[in-house]
Amino acid sequence: MSGDDLDALGALRDPVRRALYDYVAGRDHEVGRDEAAGGAGVGRTLAAFHLDKLVEAGLLDAGFRRLTGRTGPGSGRPAKVYRRSRREHQVSVPPRDYRTLALVLAEAVEELGGEEAAEAAARRAGERAKAPGLREALRERGYEPYDDDGGAIRLRNCPFHVIAEDRPVLVCAMNLALCEGLVAAVGEEDLAPRLDARPGECCVAFSKNKPD
Amino acid sequence: MHLAQLNVAHLRAPAHSPEIAEFIAALGPINAISDAASGFVWRLKESNDPTETVKHPYGDLLLINFSVWETRESLWNFVYRSPHLEYLRRRREWFTRVAEPYSVMWWVPEGHIPSLEDGMSRLDLLRAKGPGPEAFTFKDFHEPS
Repeated sequence: MSGDDLDALGALRDPVRRALYDYVAGRDHEVGRDEAAGGAGVGRTLAAFHLDKLVEAGLLDAGFRRLTGRTGPGSGRPAKVYRRSRREHQVSVPPRDYRTLALVLAEAVEELGGEEAAEAAARRAGERAKAPGLREALRERGYEPYDDDGGAIRLRNCPFHVIAEDRPVLVCAMNLALCEGLVAAVGEEDLAPRLDARPGECCVAFSKNKPD
Repeated sequence: MHLAQLNVAHLRAPAHSPEIAEFIAALGPINAISDAASGFVWRLKESNDPTETVKHPYGDLLLINFSVWETRESLWNFVYRSPHLEYLRRRREWFTRVAEPYSVMWWVPEGHIPSLEDGMSRLDLLRAKGPGPEAFTFKDFHEPS
């Protein structure tokens, strides 16, 4: 654990900051100050102050963009916009490092050709879920589910991001198996998980089973 | 510079056999996604029939994918962040497991179309010497010098 990570997470203790962070992190687009202020229910000046504190802490990234869509003279100054930082912050007291162990185990699984056993173990882990519904089970595991326009549930966050970047095929296959287990555990079998990978999101989406 | 990638896979049965039919049928849609992807530059094709796999002198069961991309990210997004991922997940249904590297990348000047012989020798180099600036992988990536 680094002191920087602890400082970064400490920045979330302030309730206004936490509300602003949650609002920005839950959007699929860069958020301007006015929108963030409205989303968190605070004034624009206060929002701007705390948004910049979150950038300093490394929890949000800031950029500039014209929100009006107009360009050229008279279109105004570009507005400051915010999005969740891709940087990960981990704090464990006492220090623990499960990430390195997971990377090592993933390498061993591939070397041994043990992908099927790993997927089966992931499915069993999902089947042990105790949540009342699929969305709760997903939220508990950090997936950040949302409903897309086509009636499917998609997942904004990959909880296994670092390991998935290192061994994408193994980790995404295990992730799908875990989600299959979750669906079985909560008894929502009409929501079928499948791989539908897109940049910047989790690789799994759930769509309603249609009777053929 | 553009990024070239060669990728070989050993089919479990000849390409026209029923065991492989589902994979061959997917080539059309998957190639269409590749060719329309942001950053796609070029792909080796036998013909405009997507079910016709690339012919080469390296053995009938060896399936070859050979393409050029603008950036690492554009290739990564096609390979791992598109419907292509589902076919990678199911690869054992159609391909045998190989212990040695089956995929290699290297940088080519923009506008240059690399030859298959060059690609195969890069794969040999990766297998013999491990990753380096002339032959590397996503995991041991090298920026152009």
